[in-house]
Amino acid sequence: MLAEHRDVLGWVMVGPALLILGGFLAYPFVLGIWLSLTDTRIASPGRFVGLENFRYVLGDSVFRLTVLNTLLYAGVAVVLKFVLGLGLALLVNREFRGKRFVRAAMLLPWIVPTSLSALVFYWIYDSQFSVLTWALRTVGLVSGYVNYLGDPILARAALIAANVWRGVPFFAIGLLAGLQTIPRELYEAAEMDGAGAWARFRWITWPLLVPLAVVVVVFSTIMTVGDFQLIWIVTKGGPANATHLFGTLAYQRAIQGGFLGEGAAVAVFTLPVLLVCVAFAYRALRRED
Amino acid sequence: MTVRGALTQIATFYVPLGGFLVFLLFPFYWMLVTALKPNRDLYNLAQNPLWTWTPTFDHFRKLLYDTHFLPWLRNTLVIAVGATVLSLAVSLVAAYAIGRLRFRGSGLLGVAIFLSYLVPPVILFIPLSRIVSALGLWDRPAALVLTYPTFLVPFCVWLMMGYFRSIPQELEDCARVDGASRWQAMRHVTFPLALPGILSCLIFAFTLSWNEYLYALVFLSSTDQKTVPVGLATELVTGDVFQWGPLMAGALLGSVPVAVAYSFFVEHYVAGLTGALKE
Repeated sequence: MLAEHRDVLGWVMVGPALLILGGFLAYPFVLGIWLSLTDTRIASPGRFVGLENFRYVLGDSVFRLTVLNTLLYAGVAVVLKFVLGLGLALLVNREFRGKRFVRAAMLLPWIVPTSLSALVFYWIYDSQFSVLTWALRTVGLVSGYVNYLGDPILARAALIAANVWRGVPFFAIGLLAGLQTIPRELYEAAEMDGAGAWARFRWITWPLLVPLAVVVVVFSTIMTVGDFQLIWIVTKGGPANATHLFGTLAYQRAIQGGFLGEGAAVAVFTLPVLLVCVAFAYRALRRED
Repeated sequence: MTVRGALTQIATFYVPLGGFLVFLLFPFYWMLVTALKPNRDLYNLAQNPLWTWTPTFDHFRKLLYDTHFLPWLRNTLVIAVGATVLSLAVSLVAAYAIGRLRFRGSGLLGVAIFLSYLVPPVILFIPLSRIVSALGLWDRPAALVLTYPTFLVPFCVWLMMGYFRSIPQELEDCARVDGASRWQAMRHVTFPLALPGILSCLIFAFTLSWNEYLYALVFLSSTDQKTVPVGLATELVTGDVFQWGPLMAGALLGSVPVAVAYSFFVEHYVAGLTGALKE
């Protein structure tokens, strides 16, 4: 009988999923916001303190630096990932020998556990035995050692490079999917009308790719701003807090320091970024339709 | 093809493609070489580091016998399989309901589930740590089996909704006319047709669980309970002593299961990824 009542059956079938998402996603989401309004520590239940935590972190120089780091890290990494990913997608969007191998191999950085590839980058950026330093020394660009992770600017660049390495395949495969939906005839017609390679890209490829590109960029921005493992494994937010993001700072304050309320307040700051991204995507896609 | 044409193709295609491949694959090569190099080569600055003439399995031996790598591997497998099975089971029925039944509120639910996919774990891990300890799951694999679905279920539901919608409703209606119950029609008609989607979900859920780091770092604390991603990064990097050989051996072995799972199903993986983006 139950099987014939759409409304009842529907809710019964989504029940288990809702239970899990309610208990472990929606509830902690609300609890996190509540915690950010209390002075909870790991061992003691807290009391409501209003916006005290937010007032405190906004005046904290480490937190301000973290905001700056996040903008720099996400901004530069997403742009680089997009440019390189689009380049790679355009390259492999044709027939050539070994296409299957290349398409499979180029996804590897995206597939393997980030924590494990982060360890490789940690090793590549070793202050003494770095293969990168060896290469730079061999071509004569540096002499002696480079302490990649000991210098704020170099450490940021090193992490951005690792993040770009991991994210390029995601952009490439996402944009490739978009490229493949563009009808060949459009290019043939344009070519007959005398359009060059750049004109074809500018007036055919790009406009048709924009909706998908927006989705890919928004996804990537959210993930990059919410990055944790790469940073935590390679620099732990150092040197001198130059590579802290919201996630690593929140972990340090809440889990290591025991200040759950304060850590939750730091983590909550990813929320505005999330909302701006979603709103932006929504508007951009709306306009396309 | 003229000589000029061939040269242009090399410059505009093969050179950049080669550059990309070196950039994307070098870290794996470096992982492998480091894992096979004896220590005297590893820490010898005078030598070309890109090659070794005396490969050894010492680092692998040390990793497997002197560290907790094998228990970590087992933990990771148990947790990944548990989270995948749980997520897939609840996602399939939910996606079928939202995609097919069009019951009251289903449209809104679809949007809500999509939005929940966007919530980053860094917002959730602090409150979740309270919930996990309140449930008595601290330092237990169940903590991760129950929390990983928070990012697996939204993804799988979203992917499967699209799949179920792409399967003609008429097929199921025919089965119903022939006397099949809704459940039978679902099991014998719709689910088999949705197999490629189910496979994509399976690979995604498994690799995402296998790769997860933050929750595993926060919710598990004793050495022999850890997963491979967390265990390697926390237990083998001790103080100033970096055991790079065993570390890279571990990184290699920890990457192999996902690389294998993915290489078997690469077409599904790509279809899943792009399908999820296009929806």
